Amino acid sequence: MLIDPESRLSFEKSRSGRRGTQFPKERLSGKEASKLLPAALLRKEAPQLPELTEPEVVRHFVNLSKKNFSIDTHFYPLGSCSMKYNPKVNEWAAALGDFASVHPLQPEETAQGWLCIFYELEQDLKAITGMDRFTLQPAAGAQGELCGMMMVRAYHASRGEHGRRKVLVPDSSHGTNPATAALLGYEVVQVKSNARGRVDLEELGRLVDGETACLMLTNPNTLGLFEDEILKITEKVHKAGALLYYDGANFNALLGITRPGDMGFDIVHLNLHKTFSTPHGGGGPGAGPVGVKEKLIPFLPVPLVEKRGERYGLNFEQPQSVGRLKAFHGQAGMILRAFVYIRTLGRTGLKQVSEDAILNANYLRARLKTIFPVAVDEPCMHEFVLSARTGKGNDLHALDIGKRLLDYGFHAPTVHFPLVVPEALMIEPTETESKETLDRFVEAMTEIRKEMDRKPEIIKNAPHTLPIRRPDEVMAARTPVLTHRDWLRENAQQAPAESNERVAVHRISER
Amino acid sequence: MHYHPLTADDRREMLEAIGVKHFEDLLKGIPSSIRARDLKVPEALSEMELRRELEATGKKNQGSKSVLSFLGGGSYEHFIPAAVPQLMGRNEFYTAYTPYQPEASQGTLQAIFEYQSLIAELTGLDVSNASHYDGATSLAEAGLLALRHTGRRKLLVARSVHPDYRQVLRTYLEAADFTLEEFGFEKNGKFKRKEFQELLNEEIGGVVFQTPNFLGTVEDLDGVAREIHALGAPLILAANPLSLGVLRSPAEWGADMAVGEGQVLGLPTGFGGPYLGYFAVTRELMRRIPGRLAGMTMDQEGKRAFVLTLQAREQHIRRERASSNICTNEGLCALGACIYLTLLGKEGIREVGELNLDRAYYLREKISSLKGYRVEKDSPVFNEFVVFSEKPFSEIQSRLIPQGILAGIDLSRYYPEMKGAFLVCATETKSREDLECFVKALSQC
Repeated sequence: MLIDPESRLSFEKSRSGRRGTQFPKERLSGKEASKLLPAALLRKEAPQLPELTEPEVVRHFVNLSKKNFSIDTHFYPLGSCSMKYNPKVNEWAAALGDFASVHPLQPEETAQGWLCIFYELEQDLKAITGMDRFTLQPAAGAQGELCGMMMVRAYHASRGEHGRRKVLVPDSSHGTNPATAALLGYEVVQVKSNARGRVDLEELGRLVDGETACLMLTNPNTLGLFEDEILKITEKVHKAGALLYYDGANFNALLGITRPGDMGFDIVHLNLHKTFSTPHGGGGPGAGPVGVKEKLIPFLPVPLVEKRGERYGLNFEQPQSVGRLKAFHGQAGMILRAFVYIRTLGRTGLKQVSEDAILNANYLRARLKTIFPVAVDEPCMHEFVLSARTGKGNDLHALDIGKRLLDYGFHAPTVHFPLVVPEALMIEPTETESKETLDRFVEAMTEIRKEMDRKPEIIKNAPHTLPIRRPDEVMAARTPVLTHRDWLRENAQQAPAESNERVAVHRISER
Repeated sequence: MHYHPLTADDRREMLEAIGVKHFEDLLKGIPSSIRARDLKVPEALSEMELRRELEATGKKNQGSKSVLSFLGGGSYEHFIPAAVPQLMGRNEFYTAYTPYQPEASQGTLQAIFEYQSLIAELTGLDVSNASHYDGATSLAEAGLLALRHTGRRKLLVARSVHPDYRQVLRTYLEAADFTLEEFGFEKNGKFKRKEFQELLNEEIGGVVFQTPNFLGTVEDLDGVAREIHALGAPLILAANPLSLGVLRSPAEWGADMAVGEGQVLGLPTGFGGPYLGYFAVTRELMRRIPGRLAGMTMDQEGKRAFVLTLQAREQHIRRERASSNICTNEGLCALGACIYLTLLGKEGIREVGELNLDRAYYLREKISSLKGYRVEKDSPVFNEFVVFSEKPFSEIQSRLIPQGILAGIDLSRYYPEMKGAFLVCATETKSREDLECFVKALSQC
């Protein structure tokens, strides 16, 4: 294995005796720490953490960061992820000492500022979605789904309807939908999409019955299309006594345009890290507040935030509650950032978010559809899906096109999802991208389309300009090396005479 | 709007390219009866106005920035080196998505790999995932893993495990039609060994301990793993990762899974989140671990590379057959923990542990000599301990808040039998003056 200097692990840069931080020397108890506890409770073998100075640690992580694509450096049209600009004033607010230094178990009277933010965000989310009450506790969209589906179960159980063991999901749904329903012991039934990419009403009619607990739906769906028969869908499901769950992953299209509460949904989760601009952080933290209609309020997790006169407080008294999903009160820092975002945009700005997101998506769709076929050729909402199938008999896939885009300085779209479209490229530009950026993206896609015919191998082997070429994922799964220790063991087995490091340096100087 | 670049000209040109006259033509699919009217959200504020308002709202909190806080109970005030927030704040980390394109995410992926390596070192276990939402949800997923692995239906849990964790665990288990049973603790905070042994049988699919537990007591788990393993069940240990520079590790206790709250590794208390749950297991359980894993491999040219791996467990591949529904983890928080642990290094992790012991034992000794207060001296602790007072805690608390002191956590709220008891925490952040000021204030209550 060749190891560039920049891909050496902190452990490999470690030198015994170096340190990256200093603690006070003063000891108060007058005893050595090892004498304060019985020896049986003390660690025998010290953890082998790396030993580096602060400047070495800083250089290590700054150089690592430079190997990433991110919103602040690149256009990132990753479908269904709403990779929009993350405003810096959000971060300013979250770093304020008067918020960041508060302990979650402080007496309520010493945390009124935080409780006020929780309360106010709930009011805003209610107005935006048309729901009656929110919990801000769930840590992410997937946990919001879990919370919502727990309430579905509790609701039916409270009515003695224990026979409702089926959950319906469209075949275009996110993987978390069926995974969540299955976690709760539900039988997952897929509803086929029709030729227009929407839920097939007839098929839905056949599948929904007295054993159905819920239909989980994203609207706009994962093709970026508004389910225009939504009112018939919700009516059909409700008529069978089942509930409707709204997966808010695609909410960025709906701010000030329409509300899931008005469509007839009973439960909604929102991803604050998508629509409400909190940073994705390389895979979280997110936040997945869940809103419900009146009849489901008793089942919300505890505690709920309430306003009593001029004071804010926590209510733990919910006898029918599904329980608790997280220690303390939720992803407070994300809740604060989302609140700041909503206040920055206000009612007019929020509507502009969705309008521009829709306009940007439709513009890209219109320009790209002459290059690659659109899954369903009609106006989309905030995103759309192309098919990379060209029918030319080459061995190029959506994944390859995504990889080639990296060479052009764009993050790849979501590829091979939704599963209902062969060779899917799912593109979501968001509202914070300029027309110039979109035009450059179109140019890149045009070039790539030409390359597909003329030099397919350049695409098949892309990317060529990034810190690494395509990694061997099969090898990673077959012989998992998941820690530095694994690597030491693996490396010892291969035992090359010359150290790997030196080989790498040698090779680099040859270039 | 200063985040939205489209100009009026852009909009006109774009509508033309799309082939519609008005923007509204794009929304024809939405039934008019459900078109939103006015959004009942306040109008926008400028950044200057908003910041003024937020500063004022912040002043309604009294955090450890402005008061002396002795609160612990699962969220702790620790020293955070200045380099941690600065490096976490690098835009390339902060505003990246989950590393689905490994070529464009080597920074995030290598950091996760290093985080996993550090957690494996601390716990002594073989495999760590890329993190979970928080300590409580890590524990809940560990409980589910144990029951699925053993095919049994009941979990045995120490009542001294954090009450919120137990409540989350119960919520997750009940949702999957599993049950749990609890065993109690002695007056000194140690688990009741006899009760544990009586409840342990072949129906138990896993046993959960926390150390230090919610009462601050460092558990002596001698022989416990052997008894549990003899019945074919795994031992799940919720351990404070910052204590593991000095306290016996989960692996040294024979644990099969170690989980817990990673907030102590460089993150502020922040009113309860975002934090991160760490989650480590033995190699035997590797393919059952929920959440993301980064692995090392090579690229086409033989260069070292990092990828997300063993994804066959995950929801986006397996849908209803996934091992968990989790997808987002706490990437940025795990990065923070990774930077923090790298800065502390081998010496720092031991020193910070020793400082916590020092401050806690010093404070406990001082309080024990006060009239009207009692402590259990034969309870070994790390950085927090129980104080029994003759007065109700609410009385003490309301006298100390105006003096700028948050005295601790009322334990009778969680354990009704513990009237007058409260949990006091002293980490390395407390100086001699801080502790003496607190002791004096307590003595005057």
